Amino acid sequence: MKKLLKLCVVVAAMAMTLSLFACGEAPQEKKAEPAPAPKAEAPAEEAKTLKAGFVYVSPVGDAGYSYAHDLGRKAVDGLDYVTTAYVESVPEGADSERVIRNMARKGFDVIFTTSFGYMDPTIKVGKEFPDVNFMHCSGFKKSENVSNYFGRIYQSRYLTGLVAGSMTKSNKLGYVAAFPIPEVIRGINAFTIGAREMNPDVEVRVVWTKTWYDPALEKDAAKSLLDAGCDVIAQHQDSPAPQEAAQEAGAYSVGYNSDMSSFAPKAHLTSAIWNWGPAYVKTMEQVKNGTWNGNQSNWWSMADGVVDIAPMGPMVPEDVKAKVNAHKANLAAGQDTIFAGPIKNQKGEVVVAEGTTVPDGDLLGMTWFVEGVVGTTE
Amino acid sequence: MLKIRKREEPWKWGALVIFLGALLFSLGVSALLLAGQGKDPIEGMIILWQGSFGNLWALEGALLKAIPLFLCSLGVAVAFRMQIWNIGAEGQFALGAIGATWMALSFPDLPGVILMPLMFAMAFILGGLWALIPAVLRLKLRVNEIISTLMLNYIAILLLDYLVFGVWKDPASFGFPMTPEFSAAAIIDGIGSSRVHWGLLFCVIVGIGLWAFMSFTRLGFELKASGEGARVAKYAKIRYGMLVMFVMCLSGGFAGWAGCVETSATLNRLQPSLMVGYGYTAIVVAWLARLEPLNIAFASFLLAALRVGVENLQLELQIPAAFGTIMEGIILLTVLAGQLFILYTLEFKKSRQG
Repeated sequence: MKKLLKLCVVVAAMAMTLSLFACGEAPQEKKAEPAPAPKAEAPAEEAKTLKAGFVYVSPVGDAGYSYAHDLGRKAVDGLDYVTTAYVESVPEGADSERVIRNMARKGFDVIFTTSFGYMDPTIKVGKEFPDVNFMHCSGFKKSENVSNYFGRIYQSRYLTGLVAGSMTKSNKLGYVAAFPIPEVIRGINAFTIGAREMNPDVEVRVVWTKTWYDPALEKDAAKSLLDAGCDVIAQHQDSPAPQEAAQEAGAYSVGYNSDMSSFAPKAHLTSAIWNWGPAYVKTMEQVKNGTWNGNQSNWWSMADGVVDIAPMGPMVPEDVKAKVNAHKANLAAGQDTIFAGPIKNQKGEVVVAEGTTVPDGDLLGMTWFVEGVVGTTE
Repeated sequence: MLKIRKREEPWKWGALVIFLGALLFSLGVSALLLAGQGKDPIEGMIILWQGSFGNLWALEGALLKAIPLFLCSLGVAVAFRMQIWNIGAEGQFALGAIGATWMALSFPDLPGVILMPLMFAMAFILGGLWALIPAVLRLKLRVNEIISTLMLNYIAILLLDYLVFGVWKDPASFGFPMTPEFSAAAIIDGIGSSRVHWGLLFCVIVGIGLWAFMSFTRLGFELKASGEGARVAKYAKIRYGMLVMFVMCLSGGFAGWAGCVETSATLNRLQPSLMVGYGYTAIVVAWLARLEPLNIAFASFLLAALRVGVENLQLELQIPAAFGTIMEGIILLTVLAGQLFILYTLEFKKSRQG
């Protein structure tokens, strides 16, 4: 027995020594780090390498919000002067601050923080590392070296609403929604406006899951909407579970983030999708050319190629496709009249008068539902 | 033939040897997994080490993360020692954060010396009261506290959501769910120029206080004795019901303190992203540490360091985040399975008869 104990102690001691070696190596690594910095200071050099870091709130997986950002990262990675790295499943709050700071310390030139909850940490770390450029997605704060960005995904929502409104037979659409924040509320409103444009009798029923990624819960929420008679399910989460629920019930579905057709080919009408590639590539070009600026708020639209819809499924009639594509062409040309008046709220009161449009500031802080939405914003 | 035989007396240094052995074993398995991903396992382990302990800021990160884990775990362990299964640290943590925020938002102009104690007191009271509910339910209605504490977690998180989405929402936040930032007096500062805040000192005080309480007071002794079961306690004329309520309050109060420290020191405001599951991880830590306060300090630091290190591993080698969860699972499993060898031993026997 004593022999076994001794053996264990020896092994443990060996491990300790080994790890000490590893520890000893750390400073050398650190010394090696600043090497690329002088390179960056010499603008004449053409083989300048930029390091772009990405922080994701969920696992990249094969669909969803972070997956869409990661497609953008891959587009950037294809540039010959950029190397990229990412960290996934980073909880918002204290953990994200550490991850972002770690990236800044390791000499990343541009750091994309892709979730709302990373806002305060990004601003905080930004102050500590004035030479690093930060791009924060979906927030509202900015500083000298922090710009924020987001896309007008409501434009895609509107188009998917057109499709859903044309396809429903029960005139009830279900919307599995994440959190009652302006981004989600805006999307529900645009979807509803689109659906009612095709079919004024449509109502959109909203269920809040208070989750971004919880397949089981989101599937149940979709089922409850299906049970209530909804025959098209739209969603605002990362998991494709609501799509599957719709297919199992023989209903239709509208996906989000990335093309979700592979998860429910029979149900999937289309998806509101992110296409970050062009915007991320542009950002890297700006950083390379020295034209990137902090303190910017970018709200990219379909005209910038950042938001889009997935190809419509074979069940969507040609005339609907044609109509949707016509609207899409308008949006791509920069003509956005989705939130143009008259718009009524849930009580039927006109809150946006004819001839006026909801300004961007109000869209960004939207906390009320339009007429036709069944549910509360709480 | 390999046989399992019960030891005459528990293996004295067993716990330490088994812990280190299990840790080594888990690291070995993890290295194999890395190799399976096509990554260099040695390099991976070095990167993991650097990310966890390799430099000052890694240590800082781990310490920071260990603080709420330690407090929650301490609370959970107190209840577990009395065989009260408090799975509700997550909810009690949320209530603590709510209590602290309540004070911070109500009296933003008070000086820190008054406001800080108010925040800690309210965090302890709300966390403790939240834990008192299942205690009373158990005593009066025989409701299993595992279920009730777990269920109360969901209610607590919804309550937190209600507050930050509703009455406490910052009007300047564009409708996003968060309270206004606390006044400077309500924010726990960093120690010197480091990132580690004074919550660390608080942890040390609470840890020593609890140890002294359990070792030197009559009540502490009664708590330990009641751990053997309600009937034992009754024979010893210990007021079991009172003790259950007391221990749950203490347990919830500690988790509440964790919530207070975390909101004040790291987020500086209340928002839903505060809830990252420390209350659940605390259960893992408590068992890894066999419910001893000093061990809990080590275990929470080790687990925090592992989580911080895995981020570095992710960044450098681009492995999936799930790898960290898998490593954690393997470590917990091997350490707990290894406990067998404290009471039992393996021996080789040549058996020719069979």
